[in-house]
Amino acid sequence: MNTSPIAQLIQKIIKQGWMGKSFLLLITLLAVWRLVVALQENPILFLQQVVNGLQLGFVYALIALGYTMVYGIVRLINFAHGDVFMVGAFVSFYSITRFQLHTWAERLFPAMPDGVSLIIGALTVMAASMVACALLAVVIERIAYKPLRNAPRISALITAIGVSFFLEYFAALNFVFSPNFITYRRPIEVVTWAIGPGGITTLGGGIAPPPGTILISNIALIIILTSIILMFGLQFIVQKTRIGKAMRSVAYDKQTARLMGINTDAIISTTFAIGAALAGAAGMLYAIAFSQIFFWMGIIPGLKSFVAAVLGGIGSIPGAFIGALIMGQAEVISAAYISTPLRDAIAFSILIIVLLVRPTGIFGEPEREKA
Amino acid sequence: MMLEVKNLHVYYGSIHALKGINFHVDKGEVVALIGANGAGKSTTLSTISGLLQPAEGNVIFQGEDITLTPAEQTVQKGVVQVPEGRKIFATLTVMENLEMGAYTQRDKNQFKQDLEYVFTLFPRLKERQKQLGGTFSGGEQQMLAMARALMSSPTMLLLDEPSMGLSPILVEQIFEIVQSINKKGTSILLVEQNAQMALSIADRAYVLETGEIKLEGSAQEVLHNPTVIEAYLGGH
Repeated sequence: MNTSPIAQLIQKIIKQGWMGKSFLLLITLLAVWRLVVALQENPILFLQQVVNGLQLGFVYALIALGYTMVYGIVRLINFAHGDVFMVGAFVSFYSITRFQLHTWAERLFPAMPDGVSLIIGALTVMAASMVACALLAVVIERIAYKPLRNAPRISALITAIGVSFFLEYFAALNFVFSPNFITYRRPIEVVTWAIGPGGITTLGGGIAPPPGTILISNIALIIILTSIILMFGLQFIVQKTRIGKAMRSVAYDKQTARLMGINTDAIISTTFAIGAALAGAAGMLYAIAFSQIFFWMGIIPGLKSFVAAVLGGIGSIPGAFIGALIMGQAEVISAAYISTPLRDAIAFSILIIVLLVRPTGIFGEPEREKA
Repeated sequence: MMLEVKNLHVYYGSIHALKGINFHVDKGEVVALIGANGAGKSTTLSTISGLLQPAEGNVIFQGEDITLTPAEQTVQKGVVQVPEGRKIFATLTVMENLEMGAYTQRDKNQFKQDLEYVFTLFPRLKERQKQLGGTFSGGEQQMLAMARALMSSPTMLLLDEPSMGLSPILVEQIFEIVQSINKKGTSILLVEQNAQMALSIADRAYVLETGEIKLEGSAQEVLHNPTVIEAYLGGH
């Protein structure tokens, strides 16, 4: 009927989704243009944002890894993961305030140099958070998810949301973590350096940062460094160790893994534990950076990390990492150049754009057909 | 007696898949279990492995009742299954697939010996040990699946349709290797639709039809049975 060439062309455009795609292209170009202009106008400010974004992105990466690993092995979006992150922050807080765990090395070996005992103490606190979160995740998996292993996926998903609410409101009880905002006590003093062409100045004591410098705090460095070390550790476990190879086998095909003598239940528990340990470390790092903790602090970082994992291609470990870095940058840069209240909307829009172009995420592969 | 299956009943939901089958495999034997699609051959193997649990009946391996032993522990007893469709871990390298086959093997020297043995059986695997399992062709995957199973130093190998989807030349190669594995002392229970090929290397055979053993005997007897010729060997 519509045989005129113009009508055909319009139909073609609609059918192949050109309108949507060119709209997305336009938005992307606008964003890139905005960024280039920003970089030209004030490269120092821009770089500062990139540094801030990195700090946030690495925290998201640690959380996102847990989402992606658990999804990879049991095809479950573990919505309680963000709350495990919250528990990690609180465990580190109580290890510091109640148990003075960060000073044990100093108290036991007074002769030790301050720096060394501080590092040992902080690492102990982090280890405590990681272990506590790992145990918590194993218990959650056993009680809530394992009985549903062969149930429809939606049942497990709803259970995960239930577990998430349970953790939040259990934490909000007065005798647990209380419903209040709590000021975090850092085990380490914040030191900020101003880095510029004139060299590095240590700030503090009323010294204003010299113009044209980027501010970097020791906290940012600690977050980035710790995250990188943990991620290399994870990569090593997954790629090189017996348990990591078993994890990949179970993720690929549970029945065949069982035929090889692999205890799939134990491997699934281990996966939950490792993911949660990373979230526990992230909880502590996040608390150190933002110095305030509360019972639903896990919701938004958890959601964003989940988005990061989907963005990178859920089930893919490098994907979670890259996705998280993109989310961190998107959030900070849109807050700086577009609008602070809109920063989350913009960060989530990036997800929509990527999924429209590549539904499986950046590194994701289409779901395999199982014979 | 190596393996004895007694009065095995298995259900899939409400479907009565195995209706009380009895058979055995003696030490050093190759026993073929032949039958059409849906006869219950794979169900039998999965029940022996422990992936499925029977409603009734027993699986006895080397005098030990392994009926309720879960799949991940059956391997340690010395029974290993090469599943239908190979089921290679496509995202793992050849070497990693073999390491997974040896998952229960904690003895490093035994691991090295087994590795050497499978590399002499399948030299191509040695050349391509860093390649991902998923990049292999069907025949290579079958070889890898068998090599992977052998890495657990089994006393009994359960082979599920090793000839499926392979060219006649490859099938012949695979069956030669099966024979050579058997000569090293591993007992073999071979499930096949390709009855001709299976009977050519088997000592004894059972014919499974809709969950029941309809016929048993030496491979020669079964091969010359008129009903078998009619139903499975393309009748003359």
